[in-house]
Amino acid sequence: MTEEIIIAGFGGQGVLSMGKILAYSGIMQDQEVSWFPSYGPEMRGGTANVTVILSDDRISSPVLNLYDTAIILNQQSLDKFESKVKPGGTLLYDPNGIIKEPARTDIKIYKIDATQMAAEKGQPKIFNMIVLGAFLKAKPIVKMENVKKGLEKSLPERHHKLIPMNLAALEMGEEALVEVQ
Amino acid sequence: MGELRLMKGNEVIAEAAIRCGCDAYFGYPITPQSEVMETLMARMPWEETGMVVLQAESEVAAINMMYGGASAGRKVMTSSSSPGISLMSEGISYMAGAELPGVVVNVQRGGPGLGTIQPSQADYLQATKGGGHGDYRLIVLAPSSVQEMNDFVDLAFELSFKYRNPAMILTDGVIGQMMEKVELSDFKPRWTDEEVERLNGSWAATGKKPNRERAIKTSLELVAEKQEIINQGFQAKYKKMQEEEVRYEMIHCDDAEYIIVAFGVSARISQKAVDLLREQGHKVGLFRPITLYPFPSKIINQMADKVKGFLSVEMNSGQMIEDILLAVSGKTKVDHFGRMGGVIATPGEVVDAMLTKLIGG
Amino acid sequence: MAELQLADIIKPENKVYGKSKIMTDTPLHYCYGCSHGVVHKLIAEVIEELDIQEETVGVAPVGCSVMMYNYIDIDWMEAAHGRAPAVATGYKRVNPKKYVFSYQGDGDLAAIGTAETMHAVNRGENIVMIFINNATYGMTGGQMAPTTMVGQVTSTSPYGRNVDINGYPLRITELLAMLPGAAYVTRQSVHTPANVRKCKKAIRKAFENSAKNIGTSFIEVVSTCNSGWKIDPVAANQWMEENMFPFYPLGDLKDGERDSFEQFSVQKLKK
Repeated sequence: MTEEIIIAGFGGQGVLSMGKILAYSGIMQDQEVSWFPSYGPEMRGGTANVTVILSDDRISSPVLNLYDTAIILNQQSLDKFESKVKPGGTLLYDPNGIIKEPARTDIKIYKIDATQMAAEKGQPKIFNMIVLGAFLKAKPIVKMENVKKGLEKSLPERHHKLIPMNLAALEMGEEALVEVQ
Repeated sequence: MGELRLMKGNEVIAEAAIRCGCDAYFGYPITPQSEVMETLMARMPWEETGMVVLQAESEVAAINMMYGGASAGRKVMTSSSSPGISLMSEGISYMAGAELPGVVVNVQRGGPGLGTIQPSQADYLQATKGGGHGDYRLIVLAPSSVQEMNDFVDLAFELSFKYRNPAMILTDGVIGQMMEKVELSDFKPRWTDEEVERLNGSWAATGKKPNRERAIKTSLELVAEKQEIINQGFQAKYKKMQEEEVRYEMIHCDDAEYIIVAFGVSARISQKAVDLLREQGHKVGLFRPITLYPFPSKIINQMADKVKGFLSVEMNSGQMIEDILLAVSGKTKVDHFGRMGGVIATPGEVVDAMLTKLIGG
Repeated sequence: MAELQLADIIKPENKVYGKSKIMTDTPLHYCYGCSHGVVHKLIAEVIEELDIQEETVGVAPVGCSVMMYNYIDIDWMEAAHGRAPAVATGYKRVNPKKYVFSYQGDGDLAAIGTAETMHAVNRGENIVMIFINNATYGMTGGQMAPTTMVGQVTSTSPYGRNVDINGYPLRITELLAMLPGAAYVTRQSVHTPANVRKCKKAIRKAFENSAKNIGTSFIEVVSTCNSGWKIDPVAANQWMEENMFPFYPLGDLKDGERDSFEQFSVQKLKK
């Protein structure tokens, strides 16, 4: 099994850390992983994206032009990456701020209203965990127990008290996933 | 089995330095490799192993601090990215001239000039042909994974001391910034003063002893004929490197009709392209030079008898292709595909290049 | 008649002067009247008196004293032009118990190497820095130096240094004395026996300081370059006294240890 994922959105949405937790979860189930971010001035409030690959075999290119899954968190990223999803692949997006809905008919499309949900909870920081939960519902490529282990690994010890909140957010995401097509 | 972690290439360089018993790191921040010094400063290795970490006032100062530390027979290193390496080139030439060991990491970005901060391989010629002035060569290692970022720090030190010549780890913004699973090396203690004396006392400036001539770490010689003899010594050293230190990896080369030659991240991208081309029924292999200097010319020359063509894939305008052309010596077709200025080639583009330039062409 | 032996001529009872055994037998290549040889001798004498030959490492510069390593019998590093303080820093940091000194001229220390000079002192590196200021580039044939006096004729200021074109002579020692990392900053000369003795004391203090880890010790030696100035040695000494000393006055500029800087330490930034 190899899963090639692009996660793209604004800087500050937790794009990179979501990718990191996913990568750690892969390690927890003995997979090979790679995580390659866009970097530089883009980090300062602009767009941010990260390519995450989980595989049972040695990973070749950490940089891709086509993806199995695109997790899209703003309009610019949708414009950029919708066409880069492999036929039969998956696109998951947050409709907040999206003015032009995805139009592909040869891929699976899911929605998660994570911005709204995090805002309602008054916890904007759990946004990316809601998205991750939704993704794992659509594509259960890592077991939830391994995500928990991944969280423990990727968060510094002093932040471990936040793990239950993150796990709850993952569950919220799983439950709120909407299948568009 | 060493410790398994998910780490960025740049962070691994720092951790590997601490673990291999490095004595000092001198550097100056520059994107995309500032994590090397940041990681070191956060790790405070001076508390743990006694390793010195110093933020210099410039890359020029950093490389000359290395000159000082290396003169003491110690394991010293620096890291930078392309514009900073240009600044260091003077000092690297002096180190090569004074036969001093040391490890320089270049996490390349797009150029020339300030260029971009995105990944590039445009410093191939600078790294493999010397870079600074004078007739010298660096040992150049090209990691293509985060694991090799770990492994090559120790290897670079080993080779650098074996040949008393600076070694460069030539990598790029992708390998530096990406995270992969890495098995960290076990800790090796730093050399004690006694070990430095035993291992390097024959050449290092460890303090004038009554039983030996004073050590003078210099690259200066006023008499041209004497300088030529020194140069002949360097050439003999480089020849030995060519005979003994060539390293490379071959993937699907046994039955290949066409071979992609690529190093660093381009080799990873090309490996995916090889898989895609093989899915389409094309017999394509990947040859990955690990030592860019000494370059694996002999094996490429041998393969040239059997294959229909080589494609050099590099993130530059075509630099390594010069070494491939020399190695192939006109035996078969050689072409190049590259992106420049910090643009990363995709596997799809490499597939297209192979189809249009060689297989279909 | 038996051949005359050196020991027959120089007998212990009539010996009044001898060179330090830290000086090698290599004849100095310096011009008659040059200050370099005197300063070399003082450094060698201090190393001998402190008995630190094995513990001392020197950094030679680019300039007339580039081959200084041929004259003083210790281990040496030859630095690129201007980089001696960085080389000294690198060595000292990995070998903090060693005595490390750099030796540079005005072009090396105060022009091409200004950044390395300022930052080594500002970090308070526990090294000795010796600065020979003869207001010219001696080795390359008497070009203008950063410390060349206004109006002074050199081969690249043939009508005299003009501040409109060339800017001002640089009193880098005064700048360095302001830096918190400096322990000891002094300006000396070696043109009279009394000044030679004073300069030696300063060099000795600087070496002693470096064992105490109290910051950088910096000694400027205002010097002559009669070849570069194209006058005879006696006239050179006189010219230096009359023209350089008023602008580069002799004496200590700082004598103590590097600043604690406690009054300027700030709290960690809180998010």
